[in-house]
Amino acid sequence: MGMAAAESQFHVLAVDDSLIDRKLIERLLKTSSYQVTTVDSGSKALEFLGLSETDESNPSTPSVSPNNHHQEVEVNLVITDYCMPGMTGYDLLKKIKESSSLRNIPVVIMSSENVPSRINRCLEEGAEEFFLKPVRLSDLNKLKPHMKKTKLKDQKQGTSEKLENSEVQQLQPQQQIQNDLQGVPKSQDPQPESESHLEQQQQSLQQANNNKRKTIEQGLSPETDRTRPRYSGIATVV
Amino acid sequence: MEVGQMQRQWLDYTRSLFLEGFLDAQFMQLQQLQDENNPDFVVEVVSLFFQDSERLLKDLTFALDQNAVDFKKVDAHVHQLKGSSSSIGAQRVKNACIDFRNFCEEQNIDACLRCLQQVKEEYCLVKNKLETLFRLEQQIVAVGGSIPLVEPTQMSF
Repeated sequence: MGMAAAESQFHVLAVDDSLIDRKLIERLLKTSSYQVTTVDSGSKALEFLGLSETDESNPSTPSVSPNNHHQEVEVNLVITDYCMPGMTGYDLLKKIKESSSLRNIPVVIMSSENVPSRINRCLEEGAEEFFLKPVRLSDLNKLKPHMKKTKLKDQKQGTSEKLENSEVQQLQPQQQIQNDLQGVPKSQDPQPESESHLEQQQQSLQQANNNKRKTIEQGLSPETDRTRPRYSGIATVV
Repeated sequence: MEVGQMQRQWLDYTRSLFLEGFLDAQFMQLQQLQDENNPDFVVEVVSLFFQDSERLLKDLTFALDQNAVDFKKVDAHVHQLKGSSSSIGAQRVKNACIDFRNFCEEQNIDACLRCLQQVKEEYCLVKNKLETLFRLEQQIVAVGGSIPLVEPTQMSF
């Protein structure tokens, strides 16, 4: 129970121009016990983060408002749609990474389109993850490790709360396992164990297939082929 | 009708919607996100989808009716419709949107008009189906029953 309390401290800022998708991501995040704020544009996101846009014309100067040292509300992660009118998710990512006060906030990009060049561009610019839409509960399990990282970074700078944070740190591995378990739908076809072990071995041979890579590879096939076996085969998807 | 029978009817109907491809696994995600704190989550999101779709279909009809069709604009509308249909799991609408976007790229006006018709038909179909599903749910709740939990394994994907 103490764990749930610690988790609820993580605050996620979700950015999407579609109301349906905002509702969805909000529910997904809340179900995963995060605190959530949603906004409908990149500029509102920057506003919420306390970054003024006044000097947008001159991107070489740090685009930071005078007394910005910490935004009033701590944000542990920003998750943003890629395709938005005006400021895209990519633009927002760049603004955050260019800002000395915000660059430690992890950014995750969501997109309905599986375009490898787009995914690479976002990852190169410092995005932690790239989620294909619609985002699933199982995707959200990948967020937690990134938030832990920022908490720890903050800890190095700060002096107080050391004890609390180190407790959180110790809990991490165990918590992670639990999260992974939670991410698997309870009612799945009981796949033969041996088969899934074989799959695991095969997968560990080609170590490189982390999530990012997989997304890109999928992108090589036409979009209509993107029928991931979401539930039926999930036991073998490690 | 007794509750058990109504629940079986609801389950059969849900299953048929998956089997016939009107809905996909994403709709099940919505159902999983609904709990006692958010008992109307699915209905809320689906209602937003209805509003969104009707606006976009109107905009599309208008955009394709111009003398000089702005295919970029058409594509942007279809892109939105594809996004919201995929977010609620309205699979056949989503698939119709994918075809539609290909013809936008080709700037093929006749094919685009056919696709618009197709998308409209699929939208009306899934709207009717979902409204029927929600009506069945209301009937179950009205007699004090609860909506059965859908097990992914019961639906074949």
